[in-house]
Amino acid sequence: MATSDVMIETRELSKVYGAQRAVDRISFEIRRGEVVGFLGPNGAGKSTTMKILTCFISPSEGTAKVGGFDVFDDPLSVRSVLGYLPQRASLYPEMGVVEYLEFAADLRAIPKDQRRAKIKEVVEICGLKDVLAKTINELSYGYRQRVGLAQALIHDPPILILDEPTADLDPNESAEVISYIKEIGKTRTIMLSTHDLVEVKEACARVLIVNRGKIVADGAPDDLAAKSGNVKYVLAIDGGKDDTVRKAGPVIEAVKRVVADAAVKELPSDDRATHLEVNVKGSGDHRREFFRMAVENKWDLLELRREAVQLEEVFRQLTVGEGAPRRNAGAKAAVTSTAATKESSSDV
Amino acid sequence: MSDSESTATTTRAGALARGSIGTPLNNTLAIARREFVSYFSSPLGYIVIGMFLLLVGFLFFIPFAFLTLGKATLQPMFNSISWLLPLICPAIAMRTFAEESRTGTLEMLITQPVRDWEVILGKFFGALGLLAVCIVATFSYPVIISRMGELDWGPVAGGYLGLLLGGAAYISFGVMVSSFTKDQITAFFVSFIVGAVFFLMNKALIFFGGAASVIEYLCPDYHFASIARGVIDARNIIYFGSVIFICLLATARSLESRRWS
Repeated sequence: MATSDVMIETRELSKVYGAQRAVDRISFEIRRGEVVGFLGPNGAGKSTTMKILTCFISPSEGTAKVGGFDVFDDPLSVRSVLGYLPQRASLYPEMGVVEYLEFAADLRAIPKDQRRAKIKEVVEICGLKDVLAKTINELSYGYRQRVGLAQALIHDPPILILDEPTADLDPNESAEVISYIKEIGKTRTIMLSTHDLVEVKEACARVLIVNRGKIVADGAPDDLAAKSGNVKYVLAIDGGKDDTVRKAGPVIEAVKRVVADAAVKELPSDDRATHLEVNVKGSGDHRREFFRMAVENKWDLLELRREAVQLEEVFRQLTVGEGAPRRNAGAKAAVTSTAATKESSSDV
Repeated sequence: MSDSESTATTTRAGALARGSIGTPLNNTLAIARREFVSYFSSPLGYIVIGMFLLLVGFLFFIPFAFLTLGKATLQPMFNSISWLLPLICPAIAMRTFAEESRTGTLEMLITQPVRDWEVILGKFFGALGLLAVCIVATFSYPVIISRMGELDWGPVAGGYLGLLLGGAAYISFGVMVSSFTKDQITAFFVSFIVGAVFFLMNKALIFFGGAASVIEYLCPDYHFASIARGVIDARNIIYFGSVIFICLLATARSLESRRWS
């Protein structure tokens, strides 16, 4: 472990099923307090990685540590410091909500005199007050997920691993679960697997994208988007008394002087200002230069906005764009193409 | 939750302080309790108890075997009940692991801070608890018999011990088979067929020639009959203990193999 701040760490972690490498030598670290989105298409190795980290399955190669404990050497300690919500949380349908949480508290060795308070706490956090008298098989899928989340939180774990907690939820339920995750993520390290990139941008400060068992991108959602392609700026400039600015020409020229290879497009507007969309290749940030440009020309800068390429597009490029045609090729080809994907995205 | 609570302290080695881990006894009991109670949350527990009592009642009253012997004894009933065990025990044990594997609850359970053998023992004792309820429900029979004549309570106690040990052996086998599959019906039939084959082999020893004594020793019914006569022989106890241990050990290996598959 590099430092005590590293809560989850994998080194060259692999899981092989027959001829298929579900997880292929992945290495990453997640630090204390990080909420990390773990993204990837179906079958990319997300759940397998999470199952290894929670000691449900063993890795074929490599090492993994959770909270500083090795998943192979000390699985009991690993499980004691983490809360885990598996994909499509399966709960005992015949149990009551409180009965289930009491069972979870029992297995977490929460002292009996603290149990009531702990259950009350997670019931409040997860919004379960209205369903306490129900059995689990009477609950909607969203509420079952909340009960699963509650059991994962019952022992107040410093680390949470949540495997697609919003899968199969309706938009309202998803939004609620994500808001819970944001809330509990203020004081915990969370690894969150999901397909919903909007949720990732909302809840996660960092994203790991995995494809065919390999990590193909690692960084903040905006950085990933910015580094991977064009960056778009939106400018609104009002020339004040300078009527020439009402025509876009001088502004476009000025913008071109700032970034020579920029693709500039005038946007429709219903006011006297000039509105431009400026597409720039690369990941640089030209906002300061555009600001100075406006100052030097004595123009009023009404709006300056930098928008990275959407994360959805990055995700698509990294996980589908290159790999899709070879999806049905053999395992060897899959590994090769994945390696190629990683190389091509090494600057991401 | 406060920051200080949720952010665990770190040790000198850089690892977090270990979270709470229950004692093996507490974990086993918690799992056994949940398992036992779950039988009564579905029709299964009631069906098993009802079927058992119905068949035992039939075996007890219809032949009136104890009257034909001219003395107050429950031995014919115990002997007759022995053939019920290969049927009842697989029905009790079939869901222990198969159902949890199918529904995914096993993942939730195993990723709690519990040891595999605590899960296995918890499920085993939970299932045994249901059989114990079935057995306890027949306690009225010796009471009835004892009012009809002088009942020797030694063989009665031996018979009940034999039922419990034999049942435990069949249940451990059922738990093991249940850990091999995700289909509880498959688990039931495999356990039932194997149990029935062993039971029948003991009734057809004449066909095994020189191997008869070995076959006989391998059959649970032989050891059950021995104990039901009121003779508590260490060999019978060792036999049942060995079967239970081997089956539960194989269950542990089965769980372990899932991790590596």
